[in-house]
Amino acid sequence: MPKILKIAGLTKTYSSGRKELTVLQDISFEVEKGQSFSIVGPSGSGKTTLLGLCAGLDNPDSGQVELCGQDLNALNEDERAQLRNKEVGFIFQNFQLLPTLTALENVSVPLELQGSKNATKKSMALLEKVGLAKRSDHYPSQLSGGEQQRVALARAFANAPSILFADEPTGNLDEETGEKVIKLLFDLNQEAGTTLVIISHDLDLANRTQQILRLKGGQVLTNERIKV
Amino acid sequence: MAWRDAKASRVRLLLFMSSIILGIAAVVSIQLFSSNLTDNIQRQSKALMGADYIIDSRQTLTDRAQAIVDSLQPDASEVNFVSMVAFPKNNGTKLVKVRGIKGSFPFYGKIDTQPTSAADNYQESGGALVDATLLLQFNIQPGDSIKIGELTLPIAGALKAIPGTTAISSSVAPPVIIPERLVKETELLQFGSRKEYQFFFKASDTLDLKRFEEKIDPMLDAEDADLDTHTSTSQRLGQRYENVGRFLYLAAFIALLLGCIGISSSVHIYIKEKLKSIAVLKCMGASRTQSFLIFLIQIAGIGIAGGFIGSLIGIGLQGLFPYILQSFLPFDIEFSISPQPIFIGLFLGLFMSILFALLPLLSTWYVSPLEVLRVNEQAKQGPKKMRFIVFFAIILFLFLFSFWMLEDAIYALGFVGSTLITFSILAGIAKGSMKLIKTYFPKSWGFTTRQSLLNLFRPNNQTLVLVVSIGLGTFLISTLYFTKDILLAKTQVEQSSEDANIIILDVQSDQREALKQNLINRDLPIISSIPLVTMRMHKIKDRLVKDIEQDSTAQINGWILNPEFRTTYRDTLIDSESIIKGEWIPELQSEDSIKISISENIAEDAKVDVGDTIVFNVQGVLMETTIGSIRKVDWGQIQLNFSIVFPKGVLEDAPQFNVVTTAVPDEATSAELQQSLVSEFPNVSIIDLRQVYTILEDILSKISWVINFMAFFSILTGIIVLIGSVRTSKYQRIKESVLLRTLGATNKQILKISALEYVFLGLLGSFVGILLAIISSLALAVFVFKEPFVPSLIPFIVFLPGITLLVLGIGLSNIQRVLSSSPLEVLRREG
Repeated sequence: MPKILKIAGLTKTYSSGRKELTVLQDISFEVEKGQSFSIVGPSGSGKTTLLGLCAGLDNPDSGQVELCGQDLNALNEDERAQLRNKEVGFIFQNFQLLPTLTALENVSVPLELQGSKNATKKSMALLEKVGLAKRSDHYPSQLSGGEQQRVALARAFANAPSILFADEPTGNLDEETGEKVIKLLFDLNQEAGTTLVIISHDLDLANRTQQILRLKGGQVLTNERIKV
Repeated sequence: MAWRDAKASRVRLLLFMSSIILGIAAVVSIQLFSSNLTDNIQRQSKALMGADYIIDSRQTLTDRAQAIVDSLQPDASEVNFVSMVAFPKNNGTKLVKVRGIKGSFPFYGKIDTQPTSAADNYQESGGALVDATLLLQFNIQPGDSIKIGELTLPIAGALKAIPGTTAISSSVAPPVIIPERLVKETELLQFGSRKEYQFFFKASDTLDLKRFEEKIDPMLDAEDADLDTHTSTSQRLGQRYENVGRFLYLAAFIALLLGCIGISSSVHIYIKEKLKSIAVLKCMGASRTQSFLIFLIQIAGIGIAGGFIGSLIGIGLQGLFPYILQSFLPFDIEFSISPQPIFIGLFLGLFMSILFALLPLLSTWYVSPLEVLRVNEQAKQGPKKMRFIVFFAIILFLFLFSFWMLEDAIYALGFVGSTLITFSILAGIAKGSMKLIKTYFPKSWGFTTRQSLLNLFRPNNQTLVLVVSIGLGTFLISTLYFTKDILLAKTQVEQSSEDANIIILDVQSDQREALKQNLINRDLPIISSIPLVTMRMHKIKDRLVKDIEQDSTAQINGWILNPEFRTTYRDTLIDSESIIKGEWIPELQSEDSIKISISENIAEDAKVDVGDTIVFNVQGVLMETTIGSIRKVDWGQIQLNFSIVFPKGVLEDAPQFNVVTTAVPDEATSAELQQSLVSEFPNVSIIDLRQVYTILEDILSKISWVINFMAFFSILTGIIVLIGSVRTSKYQRIKESVLLRTLGATNKQILKISALEYVFLGLLGSFVGILLAIISSLALAVFVFKEPFVPSLIPFIVFLPGITLLVLGIGLSNIQRVLSSSPLEVLRREG
């Protein structure tokens, strides 16, 4: 299978005052196109940093990231942003919706940035899929946590991404709502054939993906395929 | 807790503080300067006058006045008059004020000359002390000679300063001091000459000057003379500068007010960001008072620190004022630092910070612990009643502070009222435009344009604060610009070749024809030849002026009773006059009574109307007249205007002198004419209006410098508020920008969103500011300057784009830093 994400020898260090903290050390792995992939590990193991580097939200100190066939180190910030806009979707633990925009406007943003002509129509269809068509003109502050995450989900699929990164997508939701969101995530993933990279504490969730990468202290413990 | 929380937000708090620092610095520097000025005037009051008291009169003393002066035994005396002088070395001529001094005046302070010995020797040597600038202008040195009337004498020294004279007052007619014994030889004191006699006295230490003045002054007033003591003069001088100080104070107060708005808006956003932390604290058991106090202590700390730093800067700045105002001050200022303005600075810093932060601080009081679970975008503001009380306290404080400065309740009310109106208009327009954009939102426009327009009215918008601060700053600069334009427009008269630009005064009747011929020979036009006849009022409405003077219940304004009126006669009205009541009588009809025309102010002050009678004493001859008409006179026009005008056929044979006006094409012709007239008619005085205009322009530019300096404070504060608001909005928008970038927005798109928002705010704020300035300048032109007002396009061409670019620059410089930070870092920090 062709690889959509290739990581090789990735290292990231943060400096705090005089101290240097190595968050990731010599990380290497690959993700196949259309695969569901999870990264698990305890708090502080470097999961979110790794996700950020994979999506081009930050630059590594050393190592290589190849996303959708493009070497991220060779791209400038605007080129990385354009790649994200075309190929990448995001879901965050804290939803990260724009507070000044309505649910519909939030979903439209990736399409609007592309200059898509039917942004509103497409976004409305996505809101219908996540069951929030009636709340399209509500602001994030007027929605519950689960509803906000469903809006974020619709936004993540708005640009029909090749790869979707989800950082603890159920971390802020109760079990029942979390389950609904995960089901929706996998359904949309299967429907669109999107590659899914999930970061989670939840081993049950990780076990539903095809491959699990375990991190500890910034290093890879295991990288194993799950037989579903 | 307050300290721990403040440490974490110190950059933001420092920015809040900087706006209050500037306002306090402006207030303290002006306060200190004013108190130093008053202090210096009091300390130097004797040196300012040169004597303990002076008796002066604009005519030869009456016998009774002379007796009073003789009994008091003057220690020195002076006769002064305005005259043309010539410098034989290069034939230069100039209108000067000749001061013939007898005795060793001044008794306090000194005449500052170059060489210094000239001030001590000129009396014995019989030389002249000539204004130093004048000598420089004509390239004349001490040792050269000066011709005053028929007298030529050596120049003993350059006069640099003499007590009681300012640079401005001596620029039209610079002083020339000669020994009084030589005045007669000039032959300049002829009939009709304007002159002043002064007698200088040294008082014994035991003399109570106030009681002395109360006793002697009324006696002298009755004899057309006047007594001034050094204490009353310094009081008057103090009051005059106090008025200037008050104006500057108000300008500084506006800067402070602007700073407070900055504080209020910054605190509003700051507190909104803290609401979740406050809710957490309340969940953990913090009481309302405790959580309120955390932020109140922070704001109080900022206020005190801002007040203190502002006071220190103010102390440093006050040293600049004497430099700016040196032309207006008749003395040097010695500086001392009094504690009062520093206390005022500290008090203002503390009080105003808390007062203006109270409204946003109220939300900490009313925030529910439930907010931990969900923070609403709109923070709770507290009940209406509470907000009304805070708002009322702010208005009350503004009024009390203005009243303290202006010492007049109506003016203070006017100031607070106009400040509120200006703020309300700006706030109304900001809110109105937000509503307008929301209602007519262009849904079909591109994403970036729509996003920037959304930012103008969606939660966390800065539209109100920025439009008010930008608008107010632009309003101030534009008003100053327009006002300067209105005032300078007066000096444009000289451009017209039909207007007179040379006025020849004191032309005796027997000189008139020869002088006219001199002008005709030079192909110069005789634009007007106006006869002047001096007279006094003897009876008003059948009551003797002397009786009215004794009558304490008389409604008539005192000034009208004593002076020597310079009247004229003619058969037509001139440009600056219009009849508002009665009928203009051009010529005396043989059977009629003499019907004169008086100006509006004379009618008002003398309480007379059309048909009333006035008996004049025309140099010994009593003449009964009836008021035929009342004229409105535009005194602002630089031409010869008269309070009292007689019809033709009455005063032709009365002793008189003339004023002849002409127009010269250039400076060389003017100089040649002046040289010729001075040698042929030594007693005439010549005023070259172009020189007067130059001086006027110089004075105006100095005044506008002072005003601009104060406006600078307001504008600088406005810019700080702007930076503060933009920076605060940066903290608000950083997450949005980063999220947009995470979702694939390019730097260009993010910059465009911000740029359009700031361009809109800059344009709206500055445009409204200029429009308000046009309205206020129109009001000033109509009601204060009584001048036509045609607004210049400069504010639209320069200020509008300039201020918009400034706002854009500040906005983008902040966004630039947002763009350079890592999206991941921000997302993790913001949670």
